[in-house]
Amino acid sequence: MEWETVIGLEIHAQLATKSKIFSGASTAYGSEPNTQACAIDLGLPGVLPVLNEEAVHKAVLFGMAIEAEITPYSVFARKNYFYPDLPKGYQISQMELPIVGEGHLEIEVDGNSKQIGITRAHLEEDAGKSLHEDFHGLTGIDLNRAGTPLLEIVSEPDMRSAREAVAYMKTLHELVRYLDICDGNMQEGSFRCDANVSVRPKGQKAFGTRAEIKNINSFKFVEKAINHEIERQIELIENGGKVVQETRLYDSVKDETRSMRSKEEANDYRYFPDPDLLPVFISEDYKALVKTQLPELPQAKKHRFKDQYALDEENAAILTCSCQLADYFEAVLKDSGCEAKLCANWITGELSAALNKAGLEISGSPVDHKRLAGLLARISDNTISGKIAKQVFEEMWKSAATADEIIAAKGLKQITDTSAIEAVIDKIIAGNPGQVEQYRSGKDKVFAFFVGQVMKEMQGKANPGEVNKMLKAKLSQ
Amino acid sequence: MHTKTLPDLVRGLRSREFSSLELTQSFLNRIRQHRHLNAYITVTEEDALLNAKAADVRLAEGKAELLTGIPIAHKDIFCTLDVKTTCGSKMLDNFTAPYNATVVEKFNQAGAVMLGKLNMDEFAMGSSNETSYYGAVKNPWNTQAVPGGSSGGSAAAVAARLAACATGTDTGGSIRQPAALCGITGLKPTYGRVSRYGMIAYASSLDQGGPMAHSAEDAAILLQTMAGFDEKDSTSVNCPVPDYSAGLNKSIAGLKIGLPKEFFSDGLNSHIAATLEAAINEYRKLGAEIKEISMPNLKLAIPAYYVIAPAECSANLSRFDGVRFGYRCENPADLTDLYTRTRGEGFGKEVKRRILMGTYALSAGYYEAYYIKAQKIRRLISDDFKNALSEVDVIMGPVTPATAFGIGEKMGDPIEMYLSDIYTIAINLAGVPALSIPAGFIAEMPVGLQIIGNYFAEDMLLNIAHQYQQVTDWHQQTPKGFE
Repeated sequence: MEWETVIGLEIHAQLATKSKIFSGASTAYGSEPNTQACAIDLGLPGVLPVLNEEAVHKAVLFGMAIEAEITPYSVFARKNYFYPDLPKGYQISQMELPIVGEGHLEIEVDGNSKQIGITRAHLEEDAGKSLHEDFHGLTGIDLNRAGTPLLEIVSEPDMRSAREAVAYMKTLHELVRYLDICDGNMQEGSFRCDANVSVRPKGQKAFGTRAEIKNINSFKFVEKAINHEIERQIELIENGGKVVQETRLYDSVKDETRSMRSKEEANDYRYFPDPDLLPVFISEDYKALVKTQLPELPQAKKHRFKDQYALDEENAAILTCSCQLADYFEAVLKDSGCEAKLCANWITGELSAALNKAGLEISGSPVDHKRLAGLLARISDNTISGKIAKQVFEEMWKSAATADEIIAAKGLKQITDTSAIEAVIDKIIAGNPGQVEQYRSGKDKVFAFFVGQVMKEMQGKANPGEVNKMLKAKLSQ
Repeated sequence: MHTKTLPDLVRGLRSREFSSLELTQSFLNRIRQHRHLNAYITVTEEDALLNAKAADVRLAEGKAELLTGIPIAHKDIFCTLDVKTTCGSKMLDNFTAPYNATVVEKFNQAGAVMLGKLNMDEFAMGSSNETSYYGAVKNPWNTQAVPGGSSGGSAAAVAARLAACATGTDTGGSIRQPAALCGITGLKPTYGRVSRYGMIAYASSLDQGGPMAHSAEDAAILLQTMAGFDEKDSTSVNCPVPDYSAGLNKSIAGLKIGLPKEFFSDGLNSHIAATLEAAINEYRKLGAEIKEISMPNLKLAIPAYYVIAPAECSANLSRFDGVRFGYRCENPADLTDLYTRTRGEGFGKEVKRRILMGTYALSAGYYEAYYIKAQKIRRLISDDFKNALSEVDVIMGPVTPATAFGIGEKMGDPIEMYLSDIYTIAINLAGVPALSIPAGFIAEMPVGLQIIGNYFAEDMLLNIAHQYQQVTDWHQQTPKGFE
């Protein structure tokens, strides 16, 4: 039988606010355990939550970006369950009236675009962490993360393959970073994913029974975990079994999912409106204000790069996958005055390779846009060849020197003086009569040999265009 | 000194008739002398004497604030920095908060001297002060009787003159009912008038702190200190606080008083009815117009309250889990054992009963039938008050169905106990302010009159109460043995 997969994702994006969602404690990552938890985060008797306006602002910004309905009157609710890293015994979340209503996101897989529905996005507080190692059979609790604002983004079950799910997750990841509402750091848990997966015979309308896979924290694992789960479900059904509704945990080491709890064991969270917090009213004026703060979004930027700079799909896509990279590109373009294609090729080629090798983001690039622009300008005006430019770039990566300084210090200036090139060409032709004979008898390939010899003689500094032109002329004499 | 009104105490301190140290020492002596009332859980004698001395210095320098040097005691539900806060529970017997409640902070800023922390029903759940882990409080008018609750320690302390004044909290009548049973003046302000920050939550949408004192005049001074917007409490209301003392001498001629017929039905004890009739007559003499009104949904208040309050408390009390503070059972075998034994051993019976009721009411399949329904009833009750208060200026009625009952009398029957708040609970559901003032005695036990006003009309309520207290002396009576 042919099977169809149905996937919906719940993504928890940590909102990049300075302080927590209901207290003034810092949200900075990586501090000593329990040093960033105030009385409110600890859930001490008598304390009360006060909503962080910036968390609301970021949620509304997100809602605007996915063209969602912003709920004019949204309500915080208590989700009740006991766990040691949940200080109050309830999590403040949103249930019936989430701040962001229905919206959508455009994804691209294999050059085809598809619209994925977003059911809702709501604000909630994160829990702390239970630390099971190092406590000799006991459990340590770190409440630094408790109260960190989260935006839980729930998609419709619109994805039909693990690849679509990954594309959706990547598109969303790109979007939250564009909006500057989440740092997107997946190692630190700033962007986490739960996947609801089910299968059904192709053509069937009704959904199959779904399993929820918890806490899959990298793009790679999402794809693997979902594919694994699809296989498990199909195998189960084909062997006469039935999928049960349950929560499963993905084990990235063993590459398998295993059952955490069944529907019957699921908590009754006993949601009810939190009486300590007032409903949040979002006025039309506020929405209008936030709309003016929306940056150019990834899709729009990509289209603009293709139109305005005549970039191809691939370059435009790479350059716009992060806002910082796109800004870098536009800055280089402006400073160098070079052709867009040259700038794009250098950034997606040489610079990206070097960054990848060093494990750096564009924001941490040792070569800033000014210095790269300086280098590209010298290619453009024929001071150096592309090949020499790579040498110069390597030097720039290691030092703070400008391209001009390196070119001057190393004497790398390209030779465009035709008489100097002519002299070298004459010398090479005179010294290699055999190859000249071959060329003249129709072996065109030998031409490359001559170019190589001339460049070698001139330490690569000859203008390649000039060399080609003159060689051709001389050899056909 | 201990029988003086707050304005007299303030004047006495400023004119150096007596010092804060003398005044504080005299209350501390009385607390020791009447320890058997069990009104206090903690007495902060040393700090009180130090603060009294410091107050005397400020008084001498002419730098006194509104309450500089005045001895006060706080219900043990308000968190106090470095002083144990138990909420009347074994669960918090070892708990000291690292902060002051906003109310405590405001009294400190105003220069008041804290004598200690007052006994109360465990987590404010009770109407007799008998659910306290620290034992029942005795009513100074008859030590065989309860003082009411949950602010029973506060009412008893003020009635017995073991503090010049006190704070209390009221979720369903917890200020007004003990005030009535102990013959003092107690005000539950409009929900949101007084900050709840640092006040340990029972039912967050109903809890409200307020003053407990000898008279409306004293209560006005206390409310002046307590009231106001607090950015730490999202439910506190940002509207101006009037000068309550300055508003006390307005004529009430022409005042429209509504008497809900539902309050004065056959169910009301005839002695209470007669006492209230006499009090209302005084108001007639002062020029008020009396009008019978109807509030048909009042009868739904108790069932609605006993869904909403337990529902909220079931979540509010989840934080008492033995993990971070408070009581923890010995040698827990695992996490479930830690939770079940800590909570099983740390909470008393009434608290457990309400947590269970609330958990049930919020459970899947019951939420609509209980919680949502109760919220709808709450709206109907609020509408009853809105309608009534568009016809009349204030509503008057009983505070309690009878005078103070005997210790142990109702502990076996929770429903009977819940019914003792039948006249007070609707006010919390609506969020309006109400006060209880002494209006007479039945068999030497005090009876209270309840006056209910519109949102933020505390100034009007205090003036109306004050006018009555200008022509009566019920509020000046002192129980035998406490003169």
